[in-house]
Amino acid sequence: MAHAEAHADEHHYTATGIDNKKLAIWTFIGSECMFFASLIGVYLTYKGRDVSGPKPHAEWLDKAGVLQEQMLEIPLVTFGTALLLFSSFFVVLALNGAQRGNRKQLIGWLVATIFCGVFFVGMQVYEFSHFAHRGMGYTTNLFASTFYTLTGFHGTHVTLGLLWLISVLVVALRGKLPPEKALNLEMAALYWHFVDVVWIVIFPVVYLIR
Amino acid sequence: MATTAIDHAPAHTHEHTGLWSWITTVDHKRIGILYGATAFFFFLVGGLEALVIRLQLMGPNKTLVSPDTYNQLFTMHGTTMIFLGVMPLSAMFFNYLIPLQLGARDVAFPRLNAFSYWVFLLGGILINVSWFTGHAPNGGWFGYANLTTKQFSPGPNIDFWTVGLQVLGVASLAAAVNFFVTTVNLRAPGMKMMHMPMFVWMSFITQILLLLSFPIITVALILLMIDRTFGTSFFVPTGGGDPILWQHLFWLFGHPEVYILILPSFGIISEILPVFSRKPLFGYAAMVFSGAFIAFVGFGVWAHHMFATGMGPFADAFFSLATMIIAIPTGVKIFNWIGTIWGGKVDFKTPMLFAIGFIAMFIMGGLSGVMHASPPADLQQTDTYFIVAHFHYVLFGGAIFAISGGAYFWWPKMFGKMLDEGLGKLHFWLMLIAFNLTFFPMHILGLNGMPRRVYTYSAESNFELLNKLETIGALLLGFSFLVFLYNIIKTWRTPQPPVGADPWNAATLEWSIPSPPQHFNYPTLPQVHGRDALWELKARHGGPLPEPQRVAEDAVLMPNPSWKPLVAAIGVTVTLGGFIGGSHLWVHVAGVAILLYGIYAWAFEPAFPEHH
Amino acid sequence: MPDPAHRRPPSRVPALMLAAVVALLAACAPDQYPQTTLLPRADFAKASDDIFRTTLLWATIVFVLVETALLVAIWKFRNRPGAAEPVQTHGNTTLEIVWTIIPAFILAMIAVPTVRTIFQTAQKPGPEALQVEVIGHQWWWEFRYPQLGITTAGELIVPMGRTVSLEMTTKDVLHSFWLPQFAGKRDVFPNRYNNLWFKAEVTGNFPAQCVEFCGIQHGRMAYRIISKAPEEFDAWAANFNQPPRDFSADSTAPALVKTGQQLFTMKGCIGCHSLYPALPLTGPNLHHIGSRTWIAAGTLENTDENLAKWIQDPQGWKEGVLMPNLGLTDQETQALVAYLRAQQ
Repeated sequence: MAHAEAHADEHHYTATGIDNKKLAIWTFIGSECMFFASLIGVYLTYKGRDVSGPKPHAEWLDKAGVLQEQMLEIPLVTFGTALLLFSSFFVVLALNGAQRGNRKQLIGWLVATIFCGVFFVGMQVYEFSHFAHRGMGYTTNLFASTFYTLTGFHGTHVTLGLLWLISVLVVALRGKLPPEKALNLEMAALYWHFVDVVWIVIFPVVYLIR
Repeated sequence: MATTAIDHAPAHTHEHTGLWSWITTVDHKRIGILYGATAFFFFLVGGLEALVIRLQLMGPNKTLVSPDTYNQLFTMHGTTMIFLGVMPLSAMFFNYLIPLQLGARDVAFPRLNAFSYWVFLLGGILINVSWFTGHAPNGGWFGYANLTTKQFSPGPNIDFWTVGLQVLGVASLAAAVNFFVTTVNLRAPGMKMMHMPMFVWMSFITQILLLLSFPIITVALILLMIDRTFGTSFFVPTGGGDPILWQHLFWLFGHPEVYILILPSFGIISEILPVFSRKPLFGYAAMVFSGAFIAFVGFGVWAHHMFATGMGPFADAFFSLATMIIAIPTGVKIFNWIGTIWGGKVDFKTPMLFAIGFIAMFIMGGLSGVMHASPPADLQQTDTYFIVAHFHYVLFGGAIFAISGGAYFWWPKMFGKMLDEGLGKLHFWLMLIAFNLTFFPMHILGLNGMPRRVYTYSAESNFELLNKLETIGALLLGFSFLVFLYNIIKTWRTPQPPVGADPWNAATLEWSIPSPPQHFNYPTLPQVHGRDALWELKARHGGPLPEPQRVAEDAVLMPNPSWKPLVAAIGVTVTLGGFIGGSHLWVHVAGVAILLYGIYAWAFEPAFPEHH
Repeated sequence: MPDPAHRRPPSRVPALMLAAVVALLAACAPDQYPQTTLLPRADFAKASDDIFRTTLLWATIVFVLVETALLVAIWKFRNRPGAAEPVQTHGNTTLEIVWTIIPAFILAMIAVPTVRTIFQTAQKPGPEALQVEVIGHQWWWEFRYPQLGITTAGELIVPMGRTVSLEMTTKDVLHSFWLPQFAGKRDVFPNRYNNLWFKAEVTGNFPAQCVEFCGIQHGRMAYRIISKAPEEFDAWAANFNQPPRDFSADSTAPALVKTGQQLFTMKGCIGCHSLYPALPLTGPNLHHIGSRTWIAAGTLENTDENLAKWIQDPQGWKEGVLMPNLGLTDQETQALVAYLRAQQ
């Protein structure tokens, strides 16, 4: 039916020319900014207001009266941060591959992105379990609660982003990500960039500012 | 053009009916009707809660309900009216009207739209199920910590509240993303932003407010939930937590929320007034910018809810002045509405009566708002019935009047039948009189020392006479809604001649298509050249347009129905519901499993029929 | 001549309506509301009241003008048969600028005194003021006078004509301390002190109550503010510093009072309630309870009947209150009442 075909094109019509899905991701990211702004605000409000140790940047006395080292271990996290930053670059290369139909470039860089993400999450899991081992439980003090909550929510976002990227990778491996569907990767990439940018704020707030 | 019929198409419709078609619907109009029906039900529940409150306060030292039941009643009345009444009633209009007024076939993401509705419905049910356990939330709609921490509220009451509001927040955020994208992207060809109907503009600003403010309350609710569930100290003073942080987070959300409640009503009024004054909206650009300005400054006034907390003179002065500044764009709106009527040809149909009632009552609420923008005066007024009077003039005299007017105005478009004018006018006058009888005396009571949220008062206080009047008013107010309900039932049952596409000689595109519209709204997308697109079209045509013909339902390819949004909504609700009365791991796991299944099934199912 | 009995009685409707209007107007008069904010009796409350009256004046003017404009518009431009189509105006920039500037001007008239009063009321009184520490509890208020070594509950007693400086906090959840006749209100927070001050200009016994929702008995968390002439206040303070009356060795004391004194210890009242002027315990201090005007957090007048009703069944009057029902017999209750009423 001629009419129906003419109308089918209208389903791609947008007033701005920007794809609906892409705009939706941008909108969602805008909203997420307020989510992390609130969490960071809570972290800063309670910074240094602990009733007792552990402390992020200074030595502290544990319950037995033994002097303990500061909690945060900056070198490892700096390395993780760098990897996360690189992954943002990698996913751009992967997207470029998808858009040009270069399957090798797409899959290679996507795998590299996912590898960096997995390393970052692994680093965080190591950090959390190490802290727990050193006696910092979730409810130990305000620093513990705010730290775990802020970085934990970020880690959850990284994990969700990874799930998304892996889903796209599976689709790409099955050869179902032709250039005209590169948008499906672009959306995941936008979200991935956002997750990185949030970490760029969290990292100095938590690890660098004393 | 939108109104040209496709000649070969017979006027037959094979629209799907039956329960399953409603459960799987992704049609914005049906979802709008679902929102409306559900919200109206919750609104009546909230109204009944208010009536019990009023009966308890009819005389001093009454024992109709126990103190704890009373606290549950006022908590749930506020929570219900805000999150399950006025917000989803506005969402009904967003759903039904934004695509129609933009000249679009549907929202940008029809399945996400269905998801929003189901999450809202399940959240509303979840929070109200608490009544049947005897543990309805009892910490106030504002849930101030540290009263709401585990030590002082050990029961599951507050859990229902924190979890319920998080679920409802998911619904609001998903809907806000959807309507934001719809408004930006699905405007009909030629419709610039500054051509959009004022309702769409005000709704658009509302979506921005939702997007920016709901994450804040979500964080606050999550932290409170973690405190209650896992024993952290975010709001527990003995662990170093600070209850005042809760207030800042809550009102950072809470004040924009006030504009989330009222801006859609501004939009509804701005649609009704021009049609029944037969004149375009006065000062369109000023209306848009004042709305945007209100929203923007609305993020900088939250602490005027906290003048009594002792923030210090500089903060008090800042938030006081910022609050007063908001009165200016609000005044501009009121003057422009009067300017719209001025010089017009005013037709006192029911929607117009409600619109005029809205202006008259909203002036009152706005002026009392300015009175407690001044901290020294607010130190006497805050937490008294003066405030209760103020926000009921804004939310009832404002939002409910506008929503009622909107219902009468768009009813023929939604259902193809006119509501009874006589009953509509009776509804209006009863509501106007009863509303003032209920809420005006609260000003006097508040200034004379009656605090809010008290389950009773002493005989010595002498509050009895005015409270009795208020109770009589509240019963009458309840009766006015029975008149509305009767009107709906009568209209539904009585056969009527077809109402036609444009019974009010209206200005916007939704009136150019049959009533009720077909599934795809517009057989061809309309071409727009300016504001008040339909008036412009009629002017160019030199009179009323010919009645649009219905075309074949399959003339336009529309999205598939889907039950996956419901599955995902169940997943969200179950996952979060596992936090009621402690954390139940297996409930979370089950919820996440359902959610993941819903999302993947949704992502990989075709949105549109594949053959054609 | 018509029988007067058959004359149609004059309609009562106008009379009833008139009575209703009079009653309504009378209901607006603040002097019949003991908790009113509209009859300020101290400097702080007067400053608030001045601002209130200024805003009320402007609000009334604006209200009358705008509502009149609305009514005139709908009346003058109502649809009449044969009326022409209206001119399709879209706005008027000059007019819109004017009605943006006028409200701004009116708001400035409110804002200037507002800011001045904010800073004026934020000043803290000097050391010559009477210091009172106000402590909120679920659901009663404790008052400590550090300069006088006094702890009491439920009644804030102040001297007329001397500035009173309140330092306020809470032992449990948020409350809000309100002095409707003397000052505004302030919320109280754990681990934090808030201030208010006022200088009472009259003497009298005024009701007030907590204004921040604080749990099940928020509705019955009241208190009295009692302003005394300076010499009466001094006499009260001096008398208050006496230790509690001990009847155990007093041969003139009635047997009932003596039994009451034993019961006060035996029934465990003493675990929460101190009878010593400077000893705070978890429950309200009961020193000189016999001379207080109101009991049960300002919700019952202090009479024998009310005190008996309260100590025998506190949960009946304030469900959920932390004071338990002890299952006292009528005789035990009478003895306790006699003992407590003798504490003055």
